[in-house]
Amino acid sequence: MGIGKDLIAASSIPIVLAILAEEDSYGYAILQRVRAWSAGRIQWTDGMLYPVLHRLERLGHIAARWEVAESGRRRKYYRITARGRGQLAEERRQWQAVDATLRSLWGALLVPVAKAAR
Amino acid sequence: MQDRTDLLEEQIDQWRSYLRRRQTIHSVEISELEDHLREQVGVLEAAGLASDEAFLVAVKRLGDLDALTREFAREHSGRLWKQLMVSSSGSGEPLAAARRDALVAFCLAAGAAAAVKLPQLFGIPLHGDGGFYLRNLSFFVLPLLAGYFAWKRRLHSRMWRWLVLGFGVAAVFANVYPLAPQSSSEVLTALHLPIALWLVVGIAYAGGRWRQSEGRMDFIRFSGELFIYYVLIALGGGVLSAFLVMTFHTIGINAQPFIASWLLPCGAAGAVVVASWLVETKQSVIENMAPVLTRLFTPLFAAMLVTFLAALAWTGHGVAIERDLLLGFNLLLVVVLGLLLYFISARDPWARPGAFDGMQVVLVVSALLADAVALWAIAARINQFGFSSNRVAVLGINLILLVNLTWSAVLYIRFLRGRGSYEGLERWQTNYLPVYAAWAAVVVIVFPPVFGYH
Repeated sequence: MGIGKDLIAASSIPIVLAILAEEDSYGYAILQRVRAWSAGRIQWTDGMLYPVLHRLERLGHIAARWEVAESGRRRKYYRITARGRGQLAEERRQWQAVDATLRSLWGALLVPVAKAAR
Repeated sequence: MQDRTDLLEEQIDQWRSYLRRRQTIHSVEISELEDHLREQVGVLEAAGLASDEAFLVAVKRLGDLDALTREFAREHSGRLWKQLMVSSSGSGEPLAAARRDALVAFCLAAGAAAAVKLPQLFGIPLHGDGGFYLRNLSFFVLPLLAGYFAWKRRLHSRMWRWLVLGFGVAAVFANVYPLAPQSSSEVLTALHLPIALWLVVGIAYAGGRWRQSEGRMDFIRFSGELFIYYVLIALGGGVLSAFLVMTFHTIGINAQPFIASWLLPCGAAGAVVVASWLVETKQSVIENMAPVLTRLFTPLFAAMLVTFLAALAWTGHGVAIERDLLLGFNLLLVVVLGLLLYFISARDPWARPGAFDGMQVVLVVSALLADAVALWAIAARINQFGFSSNRVAVLGINLILLVNLTWSAVLYIRFLRGRGSYEGLERWQTNYLPVYAAWAAVVVIVFPPVFGYH
């Protein structure tokens, strides 16, 4: 099941911030976490993660540093900032509001939706 | 196994240099993406894929590169403009190459600036009898420019010899004839020599690709961009000079002699090399300048010409026959040819004919009609005017342009009616380049003896 482009774009920021709130990470590992947490339901085009990371970095929600990984390659790690945590809390509040609204709507519409689907 | 890893490294190298050419992604970001790519390849290999398969899958998962660069450009929108400054976008090897390139270009520019003043050491003053400078204008700059490209394209020594021969022969013919000072032969030589030698520069520019239509088309593009850069630099130089005069005037020093004998001549010579280097370096960023101007002015020129023809037909006025009539129409044809050339140079040859193509045909045909009217008017009186070297030269250029544009119009109309390919039009234009140079060479070499060096 695919998820629409706009929804992916809108949800990418809270997802990335939440994953970085767990622990510092880098691009590839973040994508792995997204796949694992969404049980494969959310599939990002790998490359598109990086412009999102750079935007968050520019806005000061995350900070980056270069490290040498155990493979010997230079790797860019991202860390959430205090400002990012604030943003995450704000995003969480908004998404919960949307989620709660949709949940109650789904509850009320359960019968008609099922009928239409049939 | 060793071969496998080598192959993978090679593929990653190619991928990296491909990304680097998209100037919206910086090298740090490329290394970040590369780290991602390598990790993905490693995981896929561990899952049992061969390294080349793993590479393909990993690149595919990164996503469409066009979309990716667009995203990067959107996130870093200031970057496209920053590219106009020469940035150290490459790292390591490319950066060193770019530095060396810049160094060579600036040394050659300094060389050109010095070359302008060199004759003064031998007692030929710049502001004395201008004849020497007039005839040899090309030799201060163009050999250095050709040398820059020959160096950059790593031309064979055989090609170097041909270039040297070309400039040598030109230098002999420019100076060996006893041209009367201030004569029209001298002016004609001064005007036509750069045109002929520009072809020699083109051969150096195209490197080994001069025989290919694409190589010559690249040279046409380069020439257009160079012209635009040069005009911009000249404008900047004008502003600089104005401030120089103004500020020094306030402390009672007259800077005008310095400008006239140093800043202007040396700057004008050096700027050609600097502008060429800029075009070379910044090729991919604003190579669309000439085509943009073309798009802007094609409709305006077409409207102007159509209105002129309509007014001519409506009022029934004849064309006033003046001495410079044909010269003016020559310039008009050159402008129309320029509009056509730079439209062709930027047009996607596979695109279907559109409204703009129709506009080009209207432009070319109306310019041809206007020129035909002028030629008709002057043909009747040509005997009365007599055949001076000036008139023959102007008439010759007019005919050359007329032939080019007529056949272009035929090819274009064929293309619009679906009976010819766009490539034919492109090829016609690029094949025609040597004709201009050949005519210019004839004017320099044959005209002076025929017209008695006057």
